[in-house]
Amino acid sequence: MEKIQKDLLEKIADLHGTPEGAYNIRANGALGGRNTTANIDIVTKEDKPGIDIIIKPGTKNESVHIPVVISQSGLTDLVYNDFFIGDDADVVIIAGCGIHNSGDKASEHDGIHTFHVGKNAKIKYVEKHYGAGDGNGENIMNPTTVIEIDDGGYMEMETTQIKGIDSTKRVTTAKLGNDAKVVIKEKLMTHGSQFAETEFTVDLNGENSGANVISRSVAKDTSKQVFLSRINGNNKCSGHTECDAIIMDNATVAAIPEITANHIDASLIHEAAIGKIAGEQLIKLMTLGLTEQEAEEQIVSGFLK
Amino acid sequence: MLELINVSFEVDAENEKKEILKDVSLKIDDRFVAITGPNGGGKSTLAKIIAGIYQPTSGKILFDGEDITNMSITERARKGISFAFQQPVRFKGLTVKDLITLAAGKSINVSEACTYLSEVGLCARDYINREVNASLSGGELKRIEIAMIMARGTKLSVFDEPEAGIDLWSFNNLIKVFEKMYDKINGSIIIISHQERILNIADKIVVVANGKIKQYGAKEDILPELLGRGAAESSCKAFD
Repeated sequence: MEKIQKDLLEKIADLHGTPEGAYNIRANGALGGRNTTANIDIVTKEDKPGIDIIIKPGTKNESVHIPVVISQSGLTDLVYNDFFIGDDADVVIIAGCGIHNSGDKASEHDGIHTFHVGKNAKIKYVEKHYGAGDGNGENIMNPTTVIEIDDGGYMEMETTQIKGIDSTKRVTTAKLGNDAKVVIKEKLMTHGSQFAETEFTVDLNGENSGANVISRSVAKDTSKQVFLSRINGNNKCSGHTECDAIIMDNATVAAIPEITANHIDASLIHEAAIGKIAGEQLIKLMTLGLTEQEAEEQIVSGFLK
Repeated sequence: MLELINVSFEVDAENEKKEILKDVSLKIDDRFVAITGPNGGGKSTLAKIIAGIYQPTSGKILFDGEDITNMSITERARKGISFAFQQPVRFKGLTVKDLITLAAGKSINVSEACTYLSEVGLCARDYINREVNASLSGGELKRIEIAMIMARGTKLSVFDEPEAGIDLWSFNNLIKVFEKMYDKINGSIIIISHQERILNIADKIVVVANGKIKQYGAKEDILPELLGRGAAESSCKAFD
């Protein structure tokens, strides 16, 4: 694997070499390496690009890495990854996409990830998106995540986009069964003239299902962000959505919470706050000897930590 | 060490200029100086002028003989001035360890950071990784603020009413913190306070009222006089 691809892997998956356990590395739209274990199988799809990741019921303490790296300018990569997580499994899945575009043409990765979380299964899903390159070509990523959680299942999703993605539309939908829970944490930073749109839709269909959707974002320069969080309470359930954004320079941030209760015992909350860095925060850090710019960097990186 | 020469500070209030500090001259060389006086008299403004948060309308500020009047907050901090806010600031995401590390100006390990917290009476293990956000109480924030000043260890430390918003139990500990600081600190402390027990630690006391220095002298001379006055009188008549 070339150096640029290795650097990207480190950024998106903290990988310094070949990961442990099951993995599938996709590099420039082709297979870059794969490993399966006794409990986790990875199979290439035959009808369309992508893979099926099949995790046997009861699999515990295993992880799956499925990073995607693109270092070829002008490549459009569309991929369908389906995860079948067996009942009672407890696993960590680490995905991520890194684009290094040093050419003039746009590079695009659109990943459609579908999770079928079995009964009482527990998964943590981490994805990072990162772009680099000194060319004029845009880095575009449009990840779609479809989540179905069966009774008693639990999924925690951490999605991060810190740098270098010029345009992104991130769509996540989740449907929950009885006693199922989903926690989604989004961290996002846009700069330059980037545009990022996030749309979460959670259907709380099962009795005692629950959702917590939390977004923290920073918009710099002339970038634009739109955050839409929609929770539908269709049964006895609890849902909470929170958007907290720091706006800087000439950026624009729109937060659109939408909660709908279709059941008398649905309890739903939304919170949204957008504002610039408080002047007193900057002053406090400046009295510790930081310049205004250093203070700003500390506040932003702490906020997105 | 610190000298204010003819410092005035004006603000625009409803289309007219309001003078908050009027031609203040003050020379501070002692280890522990307390500034006291009625609310609204200009004490906090004076502290903010020293820290560089406000620029004086006229006058000069010298620090170790160097003119720092036009220096920014950052430059003054780097020269060795620390300032503990009356109302500490909250930060989403930054932890107690992050702030203490920034204050120390170098990477410090957990046990060093914990030493500063223990000094201010916080059980370090419980706090070191806490976010400095709304989950901390006012009293906890005040102590973290003081721990940051100790971590900086600069030539001059200015505290703006460290006792404000602290309960009585914590206050007793706070007094101990300042008594200990008096013995240990290498530089000078300026502390704005209304509390007799804090004034009692000071070498010198400055009384500020109506934007002017009303009295400045040794604690032994000033304190008995201050205590002799009725509280109501001191805020209405005595300083006029």
